[in-house]
Amino acid sequence: MAKILAVDDSASMRGMVAFTLRGAGHDVSEAENGQLALDAARGGRYDLVLADVNMPVMDGLSMVRELRTMPEYKGVPILMLTTESHTDKKMEGKAAGATGWLVKPFDPEQLLATVKRVLG
Amino acid sequence: MSKAGLAQFQQVFIEESLEGLDTMESSLLALDNGGDGELVHTIFRAAHSIKGGAATFGFPEMSSFTHEAESLLDEVRSGKRTIDGAIIELLLRTVDCLRSMFARAQAGEPLNDAVAESLRNELAAMMGRGAPAAGVQARRNVDQADAWTIRFRPHAGMLAGGNEPLRLIRELAGLGELTVTPELDRVPEFAKLEPTECHLGWTIELKGPVKRADIAGVFDWVEDECDLSIDAKHVVAEVAPPPVAVAAAPAANVADAGAARAQREASAESSSVRVSIDKIDGLINLVGELVITQSMLDTFREGEFDAARMAVLEHGLAQLARHTRELQESVMGIRMLPIASVFNRFPRMVRDISQKLGKQVKLELIGEQTELDKTVLEKIGDPMVHLVRNAIDHGLETPDKRRAAGKGDTGTLTLSASHRGGSIVVEVSDDGAGLNRDAIVAKAVQRGLIASGEGMSDDAVAELIFQPGFSTAAVTTDLSGRGVGMDVVRRNVADLGGTVVIRSTQGKGSVFTITLPLTLAIIDGLTAAVGEERYIVPLVSIVESVQLKADAVRSVAGGGELFRFRGEYLPVIRLHDVFGCGDAIHAIDEGLMVVVEGEGTRVGLFVDGLIGQQQAVVKSLEANYRRVQGISGATILADGSVALIVDIAGLVRLQSRRKAA
Repeated sequence: MAKILAVDDSASMRGMVAFTLRGAGHDVSEAENGQLALDAARGGRYDLVLADVNMPVMDGLSMVRELRTMPEYKGVPILMLTTESHTDKKMEGKAAGATGWLVKPFDPEQLLATVKRVLG
Repeated sequence: MSKAGLAQFQQVFIEESLEGLDTMESSLLALDNGGDGELVHTIFRAAHSIKGGAATFGFPEMSSFTHEAESLLDEVRSGKRTIDGAIIELLLRTVDCLRSMFARAQAGEPLNDAVAESLRNELAAMMGRGAPAAGVQARRNVDQADAWTIRFRPHAGMLAGGNEPLRLIRELAGLGELTVTPELDRVPEFAKLEPTECHLGWTIELKGPVKRADIAGVFDWVEDECDLSIDAKHVVAEVAPPPVAVAAAPAANVADAGAARAQREASAESSSVRVSIDKIDGLINLVGELVITQSMLDTFREGEFDAARMAVLEHGLAQLARHTRELQESVMGIRMLPIASVFNRFPRMVRDISQKLGKQVKLELIGEQTELDKTVLEKIGDPMVHLVRNAIDHGLETPDKRRAAGKGDTGTLTLSASHRGGSIVVEVSDDGAGLNRDAIVAKAVQRGLIASGEGMSDDAVAELIFQPGFSTAAVTTDLSGRGVGMDVVRRNVADLGGTVVIRSTQGKGSVFTITLPLTLAIIDGLTAAVGEERYIVPLVSIVESVQLKADAVRSVAGGGELFRFRGEYLPVIRLHDVFGCGDAIHAIDEGLMVVVEGEGTRVGLFVDGLIGQQQAVVKSLEANYRRVQGISGATILADGSVALIVDIAGLVRLQSRRKAA
């Protein structure tokens, strides 16, 4: 059981991710954009952050950069949910400090397997 | 996750995507009118979300389709391509097509059709390449071997990114048999050890039939944060198939932009409402107050009553009354939505219709944030669509006619919404030619509605267009004709308890004003007594109440009764007669005549007397019993008894039928 923050402006995607992870016994908080995710992250410690790339107010990459400046989020796994199979987007995510990515579309099984990967 | 688990988010995804499509549409239209580049990002984001979600929630057809649009938008976004009218047009049709795809998805029908197919080709052609063959994914070269040597040396900063080497090695262990040898050459002295940096490296022997891609997949996230070599004993290569070129198909006819939306709105009847957190917080506060008041009142269960306690009780009851009223207002507020969702469909429609008719129209929206009850909102769309079509078709002139009349080429169509007291007022106004008095009079005479236009005021002439079957268009166009007249607009609005009024000045334009109640859930009414029974008469339809002398009512041939009121004779409807109430007052001079207006006709309702005014929470009679002619619903009175709410329009129709019988 881990504390996970799911960040996506799409309620359906966020809901699916949260529902799946809660089903696996995790404690999931949700945020609609990068800014709200940062507020949540400041308010509590998460073991894993899953974030979409394209979001209003603050996009996923800026959010990762901000998170990585916070001492308590050094080394915390952050995964980007991306549809871009383009290497450059992934690399941008990496450069911003993301741990890795999960390429959309993914099904619940893939999501759980990936989360298991990072949480060890 | 189960199929059912996925299905519950499917519905959310569809609703979300329809909103996204609305955003795309309005942004495209704004771009068309010279909006800035930020809009492109907004459009791209919406398309991107739909694409990503479609694949996840089981709509691969939509995903691949949206992918084409997204690629096109991506080129615009990155400056490789400038957006022009042709692209906007194509993307607007893409939006329509996706809307109908979602409608089909909700109806459980197959998603792909000829329109989608040809649009996909058009999008691909616009991108300057052939359409991708469906289902064929270019596959990466796959290498396979039975034994691998992997050398993995993380860079010092890898840990900061949240990647743990142990995890990677564990994953490799899942692929085959591992022999791991650590490399310690980079480990510094203990005093210089940085706990947040990775100083180790590993050489890993992996035995087993494993693909290179699977090994590379393990290191996918860290390939730029480590030195990695994956060496195999032998290699097999596969070549990806070349993309297949398809010629662009001709543009298919896309259905009216409103159609897909109308379908959507039909299905929205049972959908959800989004409520802002502020409203919910307000409710929670009120409930808290209510609980406190209740516990205060609870103390009165025991003990003696004296004057002091009486005062406290009165205070408590007053508080309860205030909380109840506030709670009612807040709960009603939850169902209140901005009219913007209805207004937003018009920019597109106005653009399409005006292009079709060769007219130039500027659309102005005022008061989009005005809120009204969801039920009213869902039903106001159709009458508005009709009025807007009518304004562009019959009201606004072509540029040459406008020039001849000394106006600018571009006509203005204004939609506005505002609150006036307990009603919402929606206006559709244009600066076109206004109503043509002579044409209307001629038509009405021809139809036998009037003998001549002599002495008729302009307003009275304007009212004629609300007569059934009336149309001034020489040729019924496919726009505003559609076999629907203004009479239907008026009836739709009347069904909502509202009115439509027209003001027109020849050469200057027309204004159609729709006035509607804010909600259908609560009405203001007067409670009337008829024998043992109580009836609620809606306040909006009451003109006035009069006490008549016994001889004021005359019987006429055919069994009807009339009485004289302000110079006109009005028919009498005796409620005790219509609803068969016993013990009611029959003598005219002992009861009360309530003059009411429904569907433009005035009648007198004869009742025993009026008891008082109250707000009535409307309960559906149809849902609980069945439809009853002349009754629009029921409510529960303070003493717990049920009172029926009188439907004036229905009574008037009932009366005219009885007269005819």
